[in-house]
Amino acid sequence: MHELSIAQSIVEVAGAEAARLQATRILTVYLAVGRLSGIEAGALQFSYDLVTEGTVLAGSRLVIEDVPISIYCAPCGALRELPGVNRFRCPVCDTPSGDIRRGRELDLTGLEVDERVAATCETLSPVNGTDAMTGVPERPA
Amino acid sequence: MTSTLPATRIVEVRAGILRKNDELARALRARFEAAGVFVVNLVSSPGTGKTAFLEWTLTALHQRGVRVAALVGDLETDNDARRLARSGAPVRQINTHGRCHLEAEMIEAHLDGWALGELDVLFVENVGNLVCPASYDLGEALRLVLLSVTEGEDKPLKYPTMFNSADIAMITKADLATACEFDRAAAGAAIESVRPGMPVLACSSRTGEGLDEWLALLDRRRSHWRTQWPAPGVVPSPATSSRTVP
Ligand SMILES: [Zn+2]
Repeated sequence: MHELSIAQSIVEVAGAEAARLQATRILTVYLAVGRLSGIEAGALQFSYDLVTEGTVLAGSRLVIEDVPISIYCAPCGALRELPGVNRFRCPVCDTPSGDIRRGRELDLTGLEVDERVAATCETLSPVNGTDAMTGVPERPA
Repeated sequence: MTSTLPATRIVEVRAGILRKNDELARALRARFEAAGVFVVNLVSSPGTGKTAFLEWTLTALHQRGVRVAALVGDLETDNDARRLARSGAPVRQINTHGRCHLEAEMIEAHLDGWALGELDVLFVENVGNLVCPASYDLGEALRLVLLSVTEGEDKPLKYPTMFNSADIAMITKADLATACEFDRAAAGAAIESVRPGMPVLACSSRTGEGLDEWLALLDRRRSHWRTQWPAPGVVPSPATSSRTVP
């Protein structure tokens, strides 16, 4: 159960971002969790409530975006989303592919902050895209 | 009319949750490359015979003159390290104090006093767990996942993240395959399903079966790695600098 370690990392990373934004109160933390990240959402949610106590994230909501796995299929010349996590074959042409483009994410993608204490947010755009950067470095296929 | 509702705003942020570990792992990888030490991260569930496999590998490499060492992750004890020290190779224990995986920080903290430049291969025996260690890059050049014949052929399908993150799969306790009615083809298909193209080897630390093949593959991977990251003083030959893994 490493979700406790992961939750502690969320506190560190989100806490640092909150400080950068000069926010003293965080209402919601948005997280992109790839299906290949090895994270179990339920366990993470449970751990989150434990470790945020007494921090700037106390009482905040954790919203987890489930990111499916996408592989690049060379014969199709296209990105293909996989329906599951244990069959790395193109769902259209059935060619095996280990060229994973999405699904390993474990990224903080957004924070909902109390605007009265976050004046510096004015210059930043709201959450729109889901093109999160990859938390785990790509390993050669 | 002024609203009395609290004004909140959603701010876009892009930050990897494991960035601290990943940055440290990148720094470690650069350090290993500069020193010319090939690092292998061994992952498996508990009871796959990981320590026996490592003892067998360390002993064989040490006898062949390869300068080898090991870092051994364990929840609380140092039994494995004492056992592995019999191989003649330097071994250090990393007690995780209940943590279910090793992190880059723990590796870095245990390298003090070791002259990395005097090592050829460093093995890291991760904590026996097929879930958590998958998330943590340790700066290794190769991740070897062990699967014993006693575990069932479908284990890769149940733990796809770990098998997908590995570079080579090793089926252990091959001498028990018949007794366990282990279906090698089914296990191979399950591994292929979650990690297309990954080499699958089999061995028995008891009979010695598969040892030569494993050491030969390790040597090929290390030679290939060295063409990309030559140790100080070694000039890579242009003819062998292909990035194709043999
Ligand atoms: Zn296709």
